[in-house]
Amino acid sequence: MDIEELIDNFAFFENWEEKYQYVIDLGRKLEPLDDKYKTDEWKVKGCQSQVWLVPDFREAHIHFYGDSDAILVKGIIAIVLTIYNDKTADEIKNVDVLGIFAKLGLEENLTPSRRNGMMSMVEKIRLYAENAE
Amino acid sequence: MYDVYQIKKDFPILQRPLNGKPVVFLDTAASAQKPRQVLEKMRQIYETEYANAHRGSYTFSEQITSEFEAARRTVQLFINARESREIIFTRNATEAINLVAATWGRVNLHSGDEVLISQAEHHANLVPWQNICKMTGAKLVVFPIADDGSFLKEEYDKYLNNRTKLVSVTAMSNVLGTIFPIKEMAKAAHSVGAKILVDASQYAAHSPINVQDWDCDFLAFSGHKTYGPTGIGVLYGKAEILSLMPPYQFGGDMIEKVTYEKTTFADIPARFEAGTAASVQAIGMAEGLKYMLSIGMDNIASHEQKLTTCATARLLEVPNLKIVGTATEKGGVISFDIKGIHPQDIAFVLNKENVAVRTGHHCAEPLVNRMGYTSLARASFGLYSTKEDIDSLVAALLKAEKFFRED
Repeated sequence: MDIEELIDNFAFFENWEEKYQYVIDLGRKLEPLDDKYKTDEWKVKGCQSQVWLVPDFREAHIHFYGDSDAILVKGIIAIVLTIYNDKTADEIKNVDVLGIFAKLGLEENLTPSRRNGMMSMVEKIRLYAENAE
Repeated sequence: MYDVYQIKKDFPILQRPLNGKPVVFLDTAASAQKPRQVLEKMRQIYETEYANAHRGSYTFSEQITSEFEAARRTVQLFINARESREIIFTRNATEAINLVAATWGRVNLHSGDEVLISQAEHHANLVPWQNICKMTGAKLVVFPIADDGSFLKEEYDKYLNNRTKLVSVTAMSNVLGTIFPIKEMAKAAHSVGAKILVDASQYAAHSPINVQDWDCDFLAFSGHKTYGPTGIGVLYGKAEILSLMPPYQFGGDMIEKVTYEKTTFADIPARFEAGTAASVQAIGMAEGLKYMLSIGMDNIASHEQKLTTCATARLLEVPNLKIVGTATEKGGVISFDIKGIHPQDIAFVLNKENVAVRTGHHCAEPLVNRMGYTSLARASFGLYSTKEDIDSLVAALLKAEKFFRED
């Protein structure tokens, strides 16, 4: 699924319950992260739940694996990875993630006060991209 | 007759709907809401008699100084201290504990000495001791509590010995709600020659404190948890101990005489209150304490006890919910876990339903880990909490449980 498809799907929801049930479904379907990576080394700091992010540099593109012990965060990770996965460092730098989350109607997840650490994760993705150049 | 609905009307923030629905505030243990009496008092000070306390020789300054010192006497009365100079105003309870560590600890702790704390301490009553022990070569010792969160007298006695120089314990756990038998613990600490510091941050909002009866050497609590403003807290210390402690922050108002070569320091409490005091906050804090006293601390304790008993029973309606901390001696704090659902996920749905609870490690990470978790959800009660708040909590939890159930 690409991000345009996701934006289309999110447009159909009429209340937060439907919207977040879908986020949960996306979380449940997230590509699994091998348990051996669920260590402090791969942990994203600044999250209330445990969040792990592991980059896989595939020639010009970067593929990310992620996971969390909180299901809503896991769903948001699935969306973030749909946005960023298998892009070049340059493409990653140019993504307007806030704009996309606003289109999805999920911008409340990227505010500092939500403290679910999604911004920390996005920053980490950007950092991996910068260092890959 | 405790008329909670009448009391609740004193709290403007609890009258305002949020997104068209009433707010169910169950995070009083983190910080209490403020009654209009506190808000009006602070506004009155700023509007009619504000100046720097202890400074000028004009009417405003004299008025605020007199109100500030009256606030000190209100705190004295609230905890039944012998003298008002035993009350030192700090930024919060954390600063009060740090003050003891940085002054009493620096002078009195040496290599081979022990500081004894419980497994149930907030970071504020753990990290300062870790730090001062590292600096002085003293050892930080932690005595265990029971799996249900209860105080274990035999464990406490076992860890107390003639190397123990200080016992620093919470009077009520902010995670488990456990109430510790401070009077008995102080007696045992004194019998081995140790001093005892009580972290009363949670306890102070829930039950009456009597430092003379407890015979504790130090006691710390904050204004914002006792229905007053943020930015103000209290350290109580016995006058004979405080008088021998060196200052640790230097500047205005804490001196007796200053020359370019040498300074002699003021007596307590001024010696530990360097710089401009948070006078309006102190006056606001005293107003919060007076508000509680007008309702009656025993009445507040009994109201919250009833709510805790009620909530403990009602929460059993939620499938897979486990209450963490079930000591018999317990105040109005209920931490819980729903098997298979992360507390942050629970809190998300609760927030959508306007139910405010705390999640995470509650600034007591080792304790939450000791109980077998990395994160917990917590509902806590205040003097304005109602049975209807518990109904809303249970309804929201049932919704959350269903929302995340995998089937």
